[in-house]
Amino acid sequence: MTEFTPMPSVSGGILIGLSAAAVFIFFGRILGISGIVARTLNFDFGQGSWRPFFLIGLVGSPVVLSMVLPSPHGFEPMGLIPMLIGGFLVGYGTRVGSGCTSGHGICGISRLSKRSIVATCSFMAAAVITVFVVRHVLEGAL
Amino acid sequence: MTQMIAFLIGAVFGGGLYLAGMTNPSKIVNFLDIAGTWDPSLIFVMGGGIPVAAIGFFILKKREKPLIFDEIQVPTHGVIDRPLVIGSVLFGVGWGVSGLCPGPAFASVLLEPAIIIPYLVALVLGSLAYERFHR
Repeated sequence: MTEFTPMPSVSGGILIGLSAAAVFIFFGRILGISGIVARTLNFDFGQGSWRPFFLIGLVGSPVVLSMVLPSPHGFEPMGLIPMLIGGFLVGYGTRVGSGCTSGHGICGISRLSKRSIVATCSFMAAAVITVFVVRHVLEGAL
Repeated sequence: MTQMIAFLIGAVFGGGLYLAGMTNPSKIVNFLDIAGTWDPSLIFVMGGGIPVAAIGFFILKKREKPLIFDEIQVPTHGVIDRPLVIGSVLFGVGWGVSGLCPGPAFASVLLEPAIIIPYLVALVLGSLAYERFHR
């Protein structure tokens, strides 16, 4: 069980939207984490090395924020095996499908990209089915 | 200037993920668990984020040029192909298994390194596997 948190979630969502809007307006690029990470791994840092600097801000800010404001949500992770399987599939799948939750789910849908709408429906459906199988068919065997 | 702005945008994004609850894997899995302990919070994350991002994109289109970089670089082709769907499905399976997508993983790596670093190592290996076999 996790608590339904409409207010923190909509506030966080607005901040996510603001950062996506800022990347559009300042840089004319998509705020897509899988793309930013893949390019940074290939030493393609982008104009003015914006990608690694974005990542430093992303990694650092929750640490600073957590000192002022303890998370209203907690942290309840899955085990090591799901983390390894999940990480690999996310790393591979986002490259094949050209994006993840941020690039397709937020930025793509916000500009009504047909590709991103199809991608978002695909990963949402796959994730819902996966959780159904893991939780209700395998009953937490993973 | 570019670096400062990029850093600040990254910080706002990370703060948003943290506040929204995206960094708790169980919260994501509960959102996806429609038949069980469903937590609809993620709808509010997308409902807050998408309209604001849409306003940003609208402003960019009006201006026709970004404030800092010289030209707009967003994908424009609308071809729905197999890699798009297959890749997204694989990503969705990984997201459902772990409860983490790339952004929240980076946002929580310093807070919970013992849990997140194995995930990120596997993510990088998955990305490298793509480069090895698809290019």
